[in-house]
Amino acid sequence: MVSAMPTTADPRTVADTVTDPELPMLTLADLGVLRDVRVEEGIVVVEITPTYTGCPAMGTMRADLVHALHEAGYPDVDVRTVLAPAWSTDWITADGRRKLAEAGIAPPGPAPVRTDGPVPLQLGPTRRTASCPLCGSADTEELSEFSATACKALRRCRSCREPFEHVKEI
Amino acid sequence: MHEETVYEALEHAPGDERHWAFGTGFDDPLAGVDTTVPDGVDPTDLGTYCLMLGDDALVLAQRLTQWITAAPELEEEVAVANVALDLLGQARLLLARAGSVGVLGRSRERATESIPDEDALAYFRDPDEFRNTALVEAPNGDFARTIARLFVAAAVRLALFARLRASRDPVLAAIAAKGVNELAYHRDHAARWLLRLGDGTAESHRRAQDGVDAVWPLLADLFTATEAETRLAAAGVAVDPATLRDEVRTVLLEVLARATLTAPPWPDDAPLRGRLGEHGPELAALLTELQGLAREHPAATW
Repeated sequence: MVSAMPTTADPRTVADTVTDPELPMLTLADLGVLRDVRVEEGIVVVEITPTYTGCPAMGTMRADLVHALHEAGYPDVDVRTVLAPAWSTDWITADGRRKLAEAGIAPPGPAPVRTDGPVPLQLGPTRRTASCPLCGSADTEELSEFSATACKALRRCRSCREPFEHVKEI
Repeated sequence: MHEETVYEALEHAPGDERHWAFGTGFDDPLAGVDTTVPDGVDPTDLGTYCLMLGDDALVLAQRLTQWITAAPELEEEVAVANVALDLLGQARLLLARAGSVGVLGRSRERATESIPDEDALAYFRDPDEFRNTALVEAPNGDFARTIARLFVAAAVRLALFARLRASRDPVLAAIAAKGVNELAYHRDHAARWLLRLGDGTAESHRRAQDGVDAVWPLLADLFTATEAETRLAAAGVAVDPATLRDEVRTVLLEVLARATLTAPPWPDDAPLRGRLGEHGPELAALLTELQGLAREHPAATW
């Protein structure tokens, strides 16, 4: 046996199956975290970008990618971090948004547009709207800007009274 | 196989399952990032600047974390923890950037080789090697004072990061661009609390005013550049903090006015202390708490 090249799925397909450790209904590709998969001189190079700077799941994402690619027969894997451009919730795919809603998590609206200048103050009680992922009502209110993970806010539906999480726009 | 504990079971778990108990082994937040220093920039200046910005974030994150289990309501506890986590993430990247250009101070004399640069810098420097300002190391005080400090610190840092997005150092520019999105949340969250407290009851108003009065003098050394900052600003890498003063003052005064709080007189510029490694006893106490475990068990992993 000379050739060690696997005959299984190509590395992009393998990387596409890896899910987010904290939102396991989404793949890293759905989330927009998986930026590139390519082969350079026999090494699978994977590029990922952090959602939030302090996201504690980054190490696990990298380990899961390496593990999945090893299992698929790629022994040499290099997972690289890409910091620019900064991740935006606009990168969550349509599939990802559907899966979030099916899991009871309201997907984000359009991210705020950032210009080069100073960031204006936002002192209003809320600048987001989200429909209830359980009953579909648009009559919802924010309970807390911060929730169990850095990427989500906590809201409540005034129609069905259920609380739900909302991926906040950045 | 019947192991005594879940950890023993994980010892024997196949392949990468073990990382749930023992860490993933990936500990460089800049893995794969091009850390070449831009032409004409002194690496020591760049690293020192990263320590300043990284230490501000690390120390404030530690202060905010001290509210966990003690915040006035559960949602606020989660909020404070989230803000601290964002700042800790910024600190990790900035300390790793300092390490990438070889600015490690005396930390490498104490930290074992297996400890990554960012951890060596966080856990194995003494107070006189920290470059944070007095604003972030001051004790929390009550919740109103904590919010007043967070508001001021976030407003200054957001103004800085918004400009740092154009830094000639692509790593700093990328860290700043991510940080702007996070810091805008922090500043506005603290500002909304200040409105609620200032325009709330007589007691909440009194506490918010006391908090603002206590924090205001700490603005004195925030807008003075160190020599490294001056050189880096000339090279297009750093931002001269003096250029942020008017913008920050406008934001602070607008929120205080809307919160029916009185702005104390703007303090005169004071000589640099924290940026040069001069700190009060509060920082030593904070670092004892932050560093105790790592120094007691320098080779521990978890």
